Amino acid sequence: MAEFVQLLFAGLTTGAVYALVALGFTLIFQASEVVNFAQGEFVMLGGMVTVFAYNAGVPLPLAALLAVVVAAATGTLLHSLAIAPAKGATVVTLIIVTIGASILIRGLAQIIFDKQFHALPAFSGDEPLRVFGAAILPQSLWVLGGSGTIVLGLWLFMERTLLGKAVRATAANRLAAELVGIDTRLVLTLAFAVSAAIGAVGGILVTPITLTSYAVGTLLALKGFAAAMLGGIGNPVGAVVGGLVLGLLEAFAAGWISSTYKDGVAFLVILLVLFALPQGLLGRAAVGRV
Amino acid sequence: MRPGTFSKLAILGTLLLVLAVVPLVLPSPFHLRVATLVWINATAALGLALLIGLAGQVSLGHAGFMGIGAYATALGPKHLGLDPLSSMALGIFAAALLALLVGRPILRLKGHYLAVATLGLGILVHLVIVSEVPVTGGPDGIQLPHVELLGRRVTGPELWYWITGTGVVLAAWLALNLEDSSTGRALRALHDSEIAASVVGVDVARHKLVVFVIAAVYAALAGGLFALFNRFVTPDVAGFLRSIELVTMVVIGGMGSILGAVVGAALLTVLPQALTVFHEYEHAVLGLLIVLFMVFLRQGIVPGLAGRVVRRRSA
Repeated sequence: MAEFVQLLFAGLTTGAVYALVALGFTLIFQASEVVNFAQGEFVMLGGMVTVFAYNAGVPLPLAALLAVVVAAATGTLLHSLAIAPAKGATVVTLIIVTIGASILIRGLAQIIFDKQFHALPAFSGDEPLRVFGAAILPQSLWVLGGSGTIVLGLWLFMERTLLGKAVRATAANRLAAELVGIDTRLVLTLAFAVSAAIGAVGGILVTPITLTSYAVGTLLALKGFAAAMLGGIGNPVGAVVGGLVLGLLEAFAAGWISSTYKDGVAFLVILLVLFALPQGLLGRAAVGRV
Repeated sequence: MRPGTFSKLAILGTLLLVLAVVPLVLPSPFHLRVATLVWINATAALGLALLIGLAGQVSLGHAGFMGIGAYATALGPKHLGLDPLSSMALGIFAAALLALLVGRPILRLKGHYLAVATLGLGILVHLVIVSEVPVTGGPDGIQLPHVELLGRRVTGPELWYWITGTGVVLAAWLALNLEDSSTGRALRALHDSEIAASVVGVDVARHKLVVFVIAAVYAALAGGLFALFNRFVTPDVAGFLRSIELVTMVVIGGMGSILGAVVGAALLTVLPQALTVFHEYEHAVLGLLIVLFMVFLRQGIVPGLAGRVVRRRSA
């Protein structure tokens, strides 16, 4: 039981971060049909900016806020300098644009920051909590609580605010949205900014547990993409479910099967799921116009 | 003729010309080594160009097949006592077999789902290579013996330049013939619309599988050649970044253009070497260049430039 709970929490914690990255993927994909492989770099920026501001003497909450602002600004720039000018390019071309952008962001981070690994102090101490004999880090609860708050906040924003409805309208049909007077360019910029901010928050929350460096973005983008696809792309609930499932798969594979092959087990399951459900767990069957 | 395409002869002629001129202009062993790497990468990119450009199917795990070719070539002599060349042939066969087995279920997926499935496949191959340390040597890589042919050692940058260069020309010739064949027409049709293609009697699943296996064979051949030429392989050859690099070569050169795949391979092989002058700015500049190329020449270098020339002439 203790082992099960231990693995469960480990899986949910990494899964929550994957879910945030996948949610970022989904948000941008919904608004613009772009699969943004630079999504992991926002997580990296969240962690790295916080670390460097905090080490320079800025209080932690302020450092975190600064990191979110920097990431959101980067997301906005990514949209206006790279994605918007490439409007109308093919899907693969747009993927390469975002990959180029991620190499650029990583290259700049390597110069502006450094190549070392960095840690942040845990937000509320390192004393583990005992739950059913398992030791749970308080920071894990921060990750879970923070991610949950973001998911809830995003849902409220999308469902209850006019701007959120504009985002959904743009996702549903850009031309129709423009016809009813929605500034779709603003909506797209907003989608990139919000999705970057979400990624940054994930990076800040998880850095006390996993450490961070300029290079953490690649793997996170890969896992977040896999999670988004596992859930069914374009579906926010699917992104969260996909992220959590991927995190749990990795944790239990590492605990019960083999820690070297934990990524392997995760991707093997993704392949099998896609063979059975080609649209992901919660994706709608595509109805294509012929 | 579609805009931006050249006749078969012009493409092969250009390739042969470049192949002949490079050693005259850049005779140093270093330059010949880089050029050899260009030819090897171009071989893999050509296969991927058929898959992406002709058939419209994405693979984000193609380096996996390259890894299978490279590691088979390295492991055959070490564990089975085979000579490197027959090991390479086995590796190509193994890659083709894997592509054949997983191709059918994977290629049912569309767009981004296909991308993530191929990504997973590549990661699994890479993971096995990294983790099975007693067999593969793990992250430290593995050394290869010299290739011997007719009792003579195949060695020296010049010789390998000609071997790999000839390989590319042959690979391009086969690719061009495939484009012109009924299979090529079927692939173009299913690229435009799978439903329309199947309505006019194209066996969509079979043709996608055929081009997937061909692309895997090209990649495994490139991997094997790399192992033989470099005489040392590390798991990087099968890594995710390698897969991304291969796709970038195809896209930056121009999807659907045979010459584009070679140009893209040349660019992405030479650029990192050339960018070392920027020292720590190297990666930032590489990323920036990729973005700029894609924004300003979104069809890719070869079709993009060709399109401009044609437009100017007709204007």
